[in-house]
Amino acid sequence: MLTKRIIPCLDVMDGRVVKGTNFINLRDAGSAVELAERYYAEGADELVFLDITASVEKRKTLLNLVIEVADVIRIPFTVGGGITEIGDIEKLLNAGAEKISLNSSIVNNPKLISEASKQFGSQAVVAAIDIKDINGVHKVFIKGGREETKLIGLDWCKEVVDLGAGEILLTSMDKDGTKEGFDLEFLKKLTDSVSVPVIASGGAGNKEHFLKAFSIANVDACLAASLFHYKELEIKELKEYLKNNNVEVRV
Amino acid sequence: MNNNVAIIDYHMGNLFSVEQACRNVGLNPIITSKQTEIENSDAVILPGVGAFPEAMNNLNKLNLIETLKKILENEKPFMGICLGFQLLFSGSEEFGNTKGLNVFPGQVKKFPTVSSTKSKIKVPQIGWNQIHPYNSQKWKRSLLNGINNNEFMYFVHSYFVETEDDSITLTYTEYEGIKYCSSIEKDNVFASQFHPEKSAYEGIKIYNNFANSINQKD
Repeated sequence: MLTKRIIPCLDVMDGRVVKGTNFINLRDAGSAVELAERYYAEGADELVFLDITASVEKRKTLLNLVIEVADVIRIPFTVGGGITEIGDIEKLLNAGAEKISLNSSIVNNPKLISEASKQFGSQAVVAAIDIKDINGVHKVFIKGGREETKLIGLDWCKEVVDLGAGEILLTSMDKDGTKEGFDLEFLKKLTDSVSVPVIASGGAGNKEHFLKAFSIANVDACLAASLFHYKELEIKELKEYLKNNNVEVRV
Repeated sequence: MNNNVAIIDYHMGNLFSVEQACRNVGLNPIITSKQTEIENSDAVILPGVGAFPEAMNNLNKLNLIETLKKILENEKPFMGICLGFQLLFSGSEEFGNTKGLNVFPGQVKKFPTVSSTKSKIKVPQIGWNQIHPYNSQKWKRSLLNGINNNEFMYFVHSYFVETEDDSITLTYTEYEGIKYCSSIEKDNVFASQFHPEKSAYEGIKIYNNFANSINQKD
């Protein structure tokens, strides 16, 4: 059986992993490459790196990160953060990334998804979508959660799949950093309406949250950051727990 | 001296992780599409991600089809990965019918999008799935030696192989009720649908065994 996946997420700024609450109040969580090695050894199924470096050197830092990470881990990893061009995607994939994730750029230029999936295959294209509840409507936010768009969450998810995205990384900004659990209601609606794998992100606080995301919302993968970075939950312990609760995982 | 392994570059996907895995186990990888370099190497890896017809077309343009067939028939250790596994068979139904290298009898077919129980199937299959022994005697003598039965490996694919010769089948894998051949081994040839180079420590064992099999030829 195909297993459910556990994915540590590393928000990277100038080679260091940082983590905040609700997209703000960043604190340092160590070297990106060292943390990647740790998660690889601990049995993570994949890793996601999101570059939040603000400088003009961004492209170079992201490419260097991929080169360094690909040197030390033998599991697939995704990179994202400010990717706007096909040429950049090609470089990142050639440097060893398995997938790239696109977020703000595809809101401005949806064709980037279709072009990327045509050239590199939909399996290499992840649409990262940040949503927030605004008066009962889940709206799509871009630019690291700073800018509201007119897009409705579920509609946008369906559209990116039609355009060729091979996977959706869905972050609930309302839940992110709260440790109150994933947004099960939205995720359930999402997995019912799209035919590609869904990665749940935002809100993981304990083992039960993961179990619920898999068993109730039927997501394919769960992503978490600070929970793993600060060793509040060990990947091995989480996977054993999921296995004991009849979730197929790689242990 | 480190053994040279030719990683065939025919413009089908990135080769970096294959190259790195080779280095990890002490092989000297050479990324090439040159006939002479391939013929002079100690071993050959045919990787690849993408469309079957485009792959055959590229191999044809590079004049590598006969080169590959010759290598597959002689004793040089050979590893095919993902598309490089599928290409070894008779043909694929991808975009009509395309002929493969036809070293082994079998067809490459697309996963249906609806299962026998009418539930929807996500295609491509992406992620970790198990490899089950098709023939447990064969397992220990193969490049899977040292790996546990039913171990997890990393898969990314929309098409699967339906082989017509069970004797070459090494493992099978199950996805949404479909049981399919996920690796084969015959003489000098090992080929798998999964990506050993992305399958963590267990996957690297396959590269290690591959490196050892080259040493035994020396």
